[in-house]
Amino acid sequence: MNRTMPPEFRVKIDQEKCRKCKRCLMSCSFGVYSFADRVIPDSNKCVACNRCVVMCPEDAITITESPNVYRDHPNWPLSIRKNVWKQAETGGVLLTGMGNDQPYPIIFDHLVVDACQVTNPSIDPLREPMELRTFLGRKPDKLEMEMIGGKPRLKEKLPPNIKLEIPIIFAPMSFGAISLNAHKALAMAAKESGTVYGTGEGGLHEELYDYGPWTIVQCASGRFGVHSEYLNAGVAVEIKIGQGAKPGIGGHLPGEKIGAEISRTRMIPVGTDALSPAPHHDIYSIEDLRQLIYAIKEATGYKPVSVKIACVHNVAAIATGIVRAGADIVYLDGFKGGTGAAPTQIRDHVGIPIELALAAVDDRLRQEGIRNQASIVAAGGIRSSADAVKAIALGADACAIGTAALLALGCSLCQKCYTGNCAWGICTQKPELTRRLDPEWGAMRLNNLLRAWGHEIKEFLGALGVNSVESLRGSRERLRGVGLDAQTLDILGVKPAGR
Amino acid sequence: MDHWWEKDISGCGLSGIINWDGKRISGSVIRKSVALMHDRGNGQGGGFAAYGIYPEHKDHYALHIMFTEEPGKPTRDFEDAMKETEAYLDKALAVDLAEDIPVKVTEKIPSHPLLRRYFVKVKQGSRKGTAMTEDDYIVSVVMHINDRIDNAFVFSSGKNMGAFKGVGFPEDIADFFMLENYEGHTWTAHNRFPTNTQGWWGGAHPFTLLDWSIVHNGEISSYGINKRYLEMFGYKLALLTDTEVVTYVFDLLVRRQGLPISAACMAVAAPFWKDIDRMEEADREACEAIRMVYGPALLNGPFAILFGHGKGLIGMNDRIKLRPFVAATKGKTVYMASEESAIREICPDPKEVWAPRAGQPVAVEMGKGIVD
Repeated sequence: MNRTMPPEFRVKIDQEKCRKCKRCLMSCSFGVYSFADRVIPDSNKCVACNRCVVMCPEDAITITESPNVYRDHPNWPLSIRKNVWKQAETGGVLLTGMGNDQPYPIIFDHLVVDACQVTNPSIDPLREPMELRTFLGRKPDKLEMEMIGGKPRLKEKLPPNIKLEIPIIFAPMSFGAISLNAHKALAMAAKESGTVYGTGEGGLHEELYDYGPWTIVQCASGRFGVHSEYLNAGVAVEIKIGQGAKPGIGGHLPGEKIGAEISRTRMIPVGTDALSPAPHHDIYSIEDLRQLIYAIKEATGYKPVSVKIACVHNVAAIATGIVRAGADIVYLDGFKGGTGAAPTQIRDHVGIPIELALAAVDDRLRQEGIRNQASIVAAGGIRSSADAVKAIALGADACAIGTAALLALGCSLCQKCYTGNCAWGICTQKPELTRRLDPEWGAMRLNNLLRAWGHEIKEFLGALGVNSVESLRGSRERLRGVGLDAQTLDILGVKPAGR
Repeated sequence: MDHWWEKDISGCGLSGIINWDGKRISGSVIRKSVALMHDRGNGQGGGFAAYGIYPEHKDHYALHIMFTEEPGKPTRDFEDAMKETEAYLDKALAVDLAEDIPVKVTEKIPSHPLLRRYFVKVKQGSRKGTAMTEDDYIVSVVMHINDRIDNAFVFSSGKNMGAFKGVGFPEDIADFFMLENYEGHTWTAHNRFPTNTQGWWGGAHPFTLLDWSIVHNGEISSYGINKRYLEMFGYKLALLTDTEVVTYVFDLLVRRQGLPISAACMAVAAPFWKDIDRMEEADREACEAIRMVYGPALLNGPFAILFGHGKGLIGMNDRIKLRPFVAATKGKTVYMASEESAIREICPDPKEVWAPRAGQPVAVEMGKGIVD
């Protein structure tokens, strides 16, 4: 820490309560605590992850915002001043973790959901069936059917789809960005809840191949861990073009994180940096993407292929191209999507919100008459079942959660993922830290979260008077905007409340 | 995308009769049945669809057109709308007979639109260079008039059938159109209770397209997505009523995409996954595919509908039976109505009376009777 950097937080130990058990010393992965007759905190190092607070048996630790003040200046908030100081000190690119933390308007919070009164009855999900089952993938324009023995029968089978029991999936996070135990928890929870998780770009650890039916494997620009067996291990393959937190930016997993397990899984030497190029160097255009999509389909016996993009200005036209190039799923990652590490300025200033991107893409695919040819997964800022319901009403087939899933695993959103010091054992490869996360405990909490959201989504559906999620999907008539300008409402295809 | 529409909400009563042997029944019978359910409407809309009423013109498409105010469109002289429409019809079709629809003005129906009917055929060569069938062509003509010609609205367009509807209680509408003078083998009737006053004749039910007519009691809670799904296939939903949606869904699934009617019924009132999961493999595969592909066509929310299609009549409820619907048989006649009393009013001693199960269609085919 350099001298010009003021501490962000203040750690206070109640020395009367403290029994000097030193659990805080063991818990803190950022080196805040030392011991000399008593616990001595170095507030400069604290990231407010709260691991010590949770672990302290005496409730003796208090973390507060630093009370030190600087003279206020609206154009120069302290956060910006600190960035300048840091860069003056280091000459480096500012790094950060998790999603965009700038106070952009959150459109989800300006959308409200309809409910039935009198003219159509609401439905009680505790007494009536309420269906969330969702299929991701290509659907034909129409079914070819014939009557055999008085019953309608399919003339030809449907292309493969991913069957989900809840329209929520776990966003792809690589083994490397997160720990193997975190991956295990996601895989176990996906299986238990009847959904899928994404491997991210770091390959698939050999212990997780058994969870294939609940896995979407990813092929990103670095092609880490990509081989034939891997491509065939899951229910679908995802081509990652971009990420909401850092559109147009590649990835960099530093060599110090490349231990034996990651080295084997990613198929790179121990200790080398894992650099993901910004673009795929075999995809410089949409027709190149088509070639990769079909190469993967050929390699996998025509499993669904998902293409993940960051939401950028021309997202609707790009998504249309992706669908026409043969993708079965378009994964839209909004600018509030999380990351293990991203340049701060990129994270905070590049990309557009998922709500607008999703609405624009769904509209465009409908205008072109190809909405059925691909499913839309919305991600990047889904924080609750309400957000998911609103995203589905705007047109998403399913939502992906990354940050919310990590919160379920214990994450406290300290945003220091890029340091590799995650005190909760999630976003780190240090064995003494990763062992803090018990995969079974994590899976249980993820399942709890999905179960809770599932119940809540059913309550929304019941209030809306429908008993199946496909009757909400794209039904923007069931949303109204509060405090949104006319242009935004127009893009969302949503009326203002009162109309 | 246009999202500035306000949906038309209404409750209703409905009644239907079909003699599957083809024996024709007077319009006074269906009038009596629906009149008993007077209180299920509020005088804001009543209407009938009748099949087999124009045997002397059975090979012609019978276009029933009203010239009247239309919501959201400027009002002009209705004679002008008529002239423009007739000029268009003469160009687009062979019009073999054009006449006023006979009406009897009563104090119950104080004002009414200009009502005309045209018996038309598709001209040779008019579909040249297109893949359209005659039916497709007629649909395009209907869409053109309803969408492009202000104050002109085609309210039925099938062969040997017609719709009669307007603002008023159904019994008064029946008297206005003198339905006692018509005989048909299939009749449906509708008594409407809209929550807001539209006062527009085109907004009354039934809603029809070619030989198809739908009367509907319900409130489709999935209207928003049903509408957007149909728009993807080029349908223009001008009326903003559920009935219009139901009609177009059947048109898309059955006429345009060639699904068996039973499969289309399965799409609009889909079986639950818990039941599908227990089905035999071939059934399960078919149901699962229908739900996957036609999920946006699922009509979710309370409804009972009567769907007349020229070759028969289908009645059905939504998937959890949130609206009343009763069926009965006597001889070769099948009755379906919102209330049993409406059936007993015209058939005091039915052989069988039952409340069809949720989502299970009662399908009657001409010459065959009730089919599974």
